[in-house]
Amino acid sequence: MKKIISGNEAIALSFGDSGGVFASGYPGTPSTETLEEVARLGEVYCEWAPNEKVALESAIGGSIAGGRSLSTMKHVGVNVAADALLTLTYTGVNAGLILMVSDDPGMHSSQNEQDSRNYAKFAKVPMLDPSNSQDAYDMVRIGFELSEQFDTPVMLRTTTRISHAKGVVVPGEKLAPKVGEWEKNVPKYVMLPNFARLKHVEVEARLLKLQEYAETTPLNRIEMRDPEIGFITSGVAYQHVLEAYPNASILKLGMSHPLPEKKIRAFAGSVKRLVIVEEMDPIFEEQIRAMGVAVEIGKNTLPLCGEINADILQSAVSGTKVGTTTPVQGLPQRPPVFCPSCAHRGLFTILSKLKCFVSGDIGCYTLGALPPMNAMHSVIDMGASISAAHGMAKVNAIAGREEKPVAVIGDSTFFHSGMTGLMSMAYNAGNALVIIMDNRTTGMTGGQENPGTGETLQGLPVRQVDMVPLVKALGIDNVAELNTYDLKETEAAIRKGLETPGPYVLIDKNPCILRYKIRKPAMNVIQEKCTGCKACLKVACMALGLTAAGESEKPKVRVDPNVCNGCGVCKQMCKFDAMHELEGANNANL
Amino acid sequence: MQIFNIVIAGVGGQGVLMASKVLAESALASGMDVKQNEVHGMAQRGGSVISFVRIGDQVHSPVVMPGSADMLISFEPLEALRYIHFLKPGGRLVYNKVSINPSTVAAGLAVYPGDVEQQIAAICPKALGIDALAIAREAGNGKAVNMVMVGTVMKHLPFKDEVITEVVKQISQGKGVEVNLQALAGGAAA
Repeated sequence: MKKIISGNEAIALSFGDSGGVFASGYPGTPSTETLEEVARLGEVYCEWAPNEKVALESAIGGSIAGGRSLSTMKHVGVNVAADALLTLTYTGVNAGLILMVSDDPGMHSSQNEQDSRNYAKFAKVPMLDPSNSQDAYDMVRIGFELSEQFDTPVMLRTTTRISHAKGVVVPGEKLAPKVGEWEKNVPKYVMLPNFARLKHVEVEARLLKLQEYAETTPLNRIEMRDPEIGFITSGVAYQHVLEAYPNASILKLGMSHPLPEKKIRAFAGSVKRLVIVEEMDPIFEEQIRAMGVAVEIGKNTLPLCGEINADILQSAVSGTKVGTTTPVQGLPQRPPVFCPSCAHRGLFTILSKLKCFVSGDIGCYTLGALPPMNAMHSVIDMGASISAAHGMAKVNAIAGREEKPVAVIGDSTFFHSGMTGLMSMAYNAGNALVIIMDNRTTGMTGGQENPGTGETLQGLPVRQVDMVPLVKALGIDNVAELNTYDLKETEAAIRKGLETPGPYVLIDKNPCILRYKIRKPAMNVIQEKCTGCKACLKVACMALGLTAAGESEKPKVRVDPNVCNGCGVCKQMCKFDAMHELEGANNANL
Repeated sequence: MQIFNIVIAGVGGQGVLMASKVLAESALASGMDVKQNEVHGMAQRGGSVISFVRIGDQVHSPVVMPGSADMLISFEPLEALRYIHFLKPGGRLVYNKVSINPSTVAAGLAVYPGDVEQQIAAICPKALGIDALAIAREAGNGKAVNMVMVGTVMKHLPFKDEVITEVVKQISQGKGVEVNLQALAGGAAA
């Protein structure tokens, strides 16, 4: 039956339909919904790992034990899992293993724009590159077959416009899951140098065989139409080419590594003008130019940064003026913001006031860097808040600076890779204040379970990791609890943490209001008492706003009862007792 | 049929994705090809959200280009103005007149333009602004703004009303079925 589903949902569905047995991943936009959908479908075992390395290693174990296995993550997650990947390519697999990685051209929700196709080249593994939901569905099945036939992990790469775009899918025949032998094979799975040397030779031979496969597989498809212009492309860029040039000839590379040299030469020879369309890095282009094939348009004209679309293509290839309509200028931006009544708001209100250097991390709290808070000064990668703060403190000590850095990290990010940094800080006699915002969910990706939530991805009740004993066990003596809804208490706790020498950890346990659906009555501003001083606006809540200025008086603050969720942080900023709870039922509609 | 392009805009938390799902499922149930796409991730609540629904015999790109939307449905006036350039000449615009402050305005760093509706009317004279929140509340839940907005454009979509109501019935839960159907009807009557 036809379904309209996203690329992520298609991969999840096909995983179950293709005899999948085990899946492990870490949430990361735009990959997250894949495992959520596997869980929702309820047919195959799946789990959230605390980080991508653990996820991939668990999938490797699943494969060795004979079950078709899937690991999912976003592009930067592969950096974390790369240690496993780069040796997994040597061992190969027992049952099929797919590493699904989601790139984010345009950085809709990412800290960088790395192109995961580099990893396929780097690891010398085949990569499949779906261009819509149906492709994504089909390529899971093909991926498992390839993996088993060539004894290799297979990378399945999506981008945001594949993962999140919904299209029509006709599912294929459903295969029963079967679990193969769990065999001991030391030269295959123990990568001691003497075994690995033999394996490297096999990897190079495998790559040559995969090249032959690439020449004949229907995944790499020549669509001959007008020979005047020919496009070599893959992924969502293929759809943009069809949109902009429906009559042009296309070589669609469903397998983006290794490339089919003979097919590319044949195609290039059959068209007058050759254009290579790929988002981000010139991976195809560099290889095709190295073959000595003349390329008219590639990254000499098309952008290296951001997404490609039909307008960009037409402008680059035909010089067509597109975008006859332009956006209205001068409108106020509407950037993402802490939810009304989010526990992060109180924390950043105080950090902003105290003007600390805040070493931040990846999560909703990264928004603390934006105005008017401006209270986060570095954000690199998962877990870096703590380790970077440690390095800052060491150099500060050498420089004779007394200021103590503050690290802010969430629970899921702490479990992911903050723990090792904190252990290092304790071990190396560091000197930073670490604030763990333990809101018992993986918030920014939409509220996933993690080792602290007490439940698994498939709803099994489990023991929660207890944060305080964990932090103490890592070597931290000074651990205190924090309640960011109380601004005075928060300020006092942070000041104490800054004044006490050595590592100091504060843990806020207020739960995510969105994930746990916490509703409170809205606030109201008594207009006669409001002086329009705007002190409350410093908390940066979208429920607040100014009234129109009267003839003789300043604009006053009002609360939008449709948006306010009654946390009362703004109330604590008011020196004139103008803020009160709105009588009656909760009005929050957001 | 020609490709029919719909852009749905709003603020994170207003139910833009659910409305998009209703339109996409309705197109599929009507035997059409459809692609639906939005970008989500960073914005939990309060960020600007834009979603595309493309319907036709065969749809390639999931992305609507500026100047090519047959219809813009905005759940908030400022967001209508932000994405109005997606409309093609003569395209239809309906928007919810109930405004939500961007965080920049709430923090006193920017001013919400007082003449948003006039600016919209100047660019798109036939634009229809409604109080979707009031209609949603009348239907039983202020959160049903998204279904009200779908209701307002129902008769201008390339598929039958019955298909839409059937899809809404299927994807709503419990008491939500009745509320959402009321909201659809309320929007259609606006």
